[in-house]
Amino acid sequence: MSQYETHEHDVLIIGAGGAGLRAAIAASAAGVSVGVVCKSLLGKAHTVMAEGGMAAAIGNVDERDNWRVHFADTMRGGQYINNWRMAELHAKEAPECVKELEAWGAVFDRTADGRILQRNFGGHKYPRLAHVGDRTGLEMIRTLQDHGVHRGIQFYMECTTLELLKDGSRVIGAFAYDRERGRFRVFKAKAVVLATGGIGRAYRITSNSWEYTGDGQALAYRAGAELVDMEFVQFHPTGMVWPPSVRGILVTEGVRGEGGVLKNRDGRRFMFEDIPDNYKNQTADSPEEGWRYTQGDKSARRPPELLTRDHVARCIMREVRGGRGSPHGGVYLDIAWIKEKLPNAEQHIKKKLPSMYHQFKELANVDITREPMEVGPTTHYIMGGVRVDGDSQMSNVHGLFAAGEVAAGLHGANRLGGNSLSDLLVFGRRAGMYAAEFAKQNPGGSIDGGQVERAARQALEPFEQAGDGESPYKVQEDLQAMMQDLVGIVREQSEMERALAGLKELRVRAAQVRVPGNREYNPGWHLALDLQNLLTVSEVITRSAIERKESRGGHFREDYPDKDPTAATYNLVAYLGPDRELQLRKQSIAPLPAELQQVIEENKT
Amino acid sequence: MSQVTFRIWRGDARGGDFKSYECEVSEGMVVLDVVHHIQAEQAPDMAVRWNCKAGKCGSCSAEINGKPRLMCMTRMDTLPLERPITIQAMQAFPLIRDLVTDLSWNYEVKRRIKPFAPRPPDAPDGTWRMAQRDVDRVQEFRKCIECFLCQDVCHVLREHEKHAEFIGPRFLVYTAALEMHPLDKGDRLKDLKDTQGIGYCNITKCCTKVCPEGITITDNAIIPLKERVVDRFYDPIRRMLRVFA
Repeated sequence: MSQYETHEHDVLIIGAGGAGLRAAIAASAAGVSVGVVCKSLLGKAHTVMAEGGMAAAIGNVDERDNWRVHFADTMRGGQYINNWRMAELHAKEAPECVKELEAWGAVFDRTADGRILQRNFGGHKYPRLAHVGDRTGLEMIRTLQDHGVHRGIQFYMECTTLELLKDGSRVIGAFAYDRERGRFRVFKAKAVVLATGGIGRAYRITSNSWEYTGDGQALAYRAGAELVDMEFVQFHPTGMVWPPSVRGILVTEGVRGEGGVLKNRDGRRFMFEDIPDNYKNQTADSPEEGWRYTQGDKSARRPPELLTRDHVARCIMREVRGGRGSPHGGVYLDIAWIKEKLPNAEQHIKKKLPSMYHQFKELANVDITREPMEVGPTTHYIMGGVRVDGDSQMSNVHGLFAAGEVAAGLHGANRLGGNSLSDLLVFGRRAGMYAAEFAKQNPGGSIDGGQVERAARQALEPFEQAGDGESPYKVQEDLQAMMQDLVGIVREQSEMERALAGLKELRVRAAQVRVPGNREYNPGWHLALDLQNLLTVSEVITRSAIERKESRGGHFREDYPDKDPTAATYNLVAYLGPDRELQLRKQSIAPLPAELQQVIEENKT
Repeated sequence: MSQVTFRIWRGDARGGDFKSYECEVSEGMVVLDVVHHIQAEQAPDMAVRWNCKAGKCGSCSAEINGKPRLMCMTRMDTLPLERPITIQAMQAFPLIRDLVTDLSWNYEVKRRIKPFAPRPPDAPDGTWRMAQRDVDRVQEFRKCIECFLCQDVCHVLREHEKHAEFIGPRFLVYTAALEMHPLDKGDRLKDLKDTQGIGYCNITKCCTKVCPEGITITDNAIIPLKERVVDRFYDPIRRMLRVFA
């Protein structure tokens, strides 16, 4: 083990998106030494792609907003299986976190009286998303990055974690390799925060980048941590569908927040045709009322395009499957129509949605100020992840924390748009604070050289494969196609069982992949290693999805199309059993305290 | 569908060469799609950086037919397909391997620039008031995705290799965003003049031309900063006053 470069920190953070950076800043503010390991260069993590905004009940645009409404909206959107403590903390602390970003230099769009402007988004009762045009994620990551680099945090860029290192029941570090030279590195730490994001690369059509291979979920799972809610994958309703090479790239919900409407081939606004009961009295009766809502009329209710993402995605699928879709298998998203209502519509669209304008113009030859976009669902986010304590973000493994997309609980069965960026800040901060606290109270452990050697040997296998092993790219492609087809937006028992069998075969193939070249910046090798994580999370998703025999939020079963009230009482927990096989457990949801129950009741109308 | 030849530079700091690859090009494809196809089918170990594939992260910067571009935003149907298309790494930075360069200098430069220092909050709740029209120009600069194409094309860095004395267009834009931030009280003019080499820029506007975000780097960021530096340090009346002060 001594041959590997070793770094030592009080707190090690894995991932440098919004949650990782916020955790790093919080931990360093607590006076401990902090190292951040990230798979890409600093500032390139997935947060950079977030578009619409961050949800926080600061009430700048509608003074009726407050944490109680935000909490109730989040719980309703999550179909009440959320970790209510996290939903409460999130709603209460998000405003503070947004203001903090401004104090660190973020420049949000402004209201007429010079405060932070907020926009409408799906499932949020009031305009709630602080934003910067449609590049809010860039603003956030850059602000955190530029603030963080002056705080003595050590960054290890382009460094991928292979294994969490344990001393008994406790996590005491991580084993990683750097991409540039392929050298192994040992990180010793008193506490580790996972902030690695999601799993989108398990699917063919996704808005996620190459990094999103379920690393944190798989690392935690192998280290003995429990995963929860993994059946709940969010398919964002609006991804690009044409041309083929851009399929899946995100089209922000902000388009609909600014007045964009969804239409089928026949020009019908199909979203008016199916409005869930629990949203009926919050949803506009007519296109005219919906438009007034998007323009800030406080007496109007929101248009059905701003229903929750799970519902909108399914309505789009229904139109496409019913033969009423657009030529390339999507539906139309039209923002150009607002020129009937606004004198300066073209300028307005370019100002509020600049990167959408640019993206469609450059990649699809579509001018969104004149023509509708073609859109369809794309794999976007996983609500499930590492099961954590709501306050501290610590998992069931001592010293192992998780924050952001890799953690679970806040979003329940479906995440509201805009609740992710605020999640990163609120729980990134908490994870960093509590990890620092943990590090202060617990001395360092000792690293097991055997564990390191095993991980190192395993990592080099793709180079040593005898014969003509397969290319990792082929295995990934087949995995993505299978998960897309069999464990996608619409699920069914026998298809998912086929997926389980398919995963077994893919595991065998993945164990035999072979990569040419050497260890220096070799993407084939990196993918071969990522495949293990992708397979692990795919299995957990599939097994959990088979187990939940109902439809709720992001999880829709054709064979069980209705919500089952008895299934609202538990979360599905997945963990590695003593036999190294996946185990599932139904974990009862703790009853809501009377005070929070009251908040939900008072917001039902 | 057409068959196109690509010449992609393969190698590392020790040396290398252009290698030819054939690839089918179909409707809507961008250069990064081609690179991915070649990776998956022919060269699994070909090094390339990318993340968002939507022009938002600035990872896939390269030189396509000699021009600094983002691979993910360069559509194949904008290139002349009858001749081989060359793809190589940015030339202003040390090569790591194939299409990947060592960008660490950029991160070091940024660390040296004085950070944001806001005035005390305007309201008792710790918030500020800023008019949209006053933040418009800063928001333009903050669109920067740090692709470093402006640094790549800048002749002060690329030909004259003044990396030690000049921070380059990216960090002049960054400094401008801080200097023109309505809340910022910091003062970076002396640094711009003394250690960051703003005088080296002779406003050829190459950086503006390659910016994938369309930031008017030279006109809106660099020239106003140059004016501020001149006003402060080279204004004849002020110089006289300084002599007598």
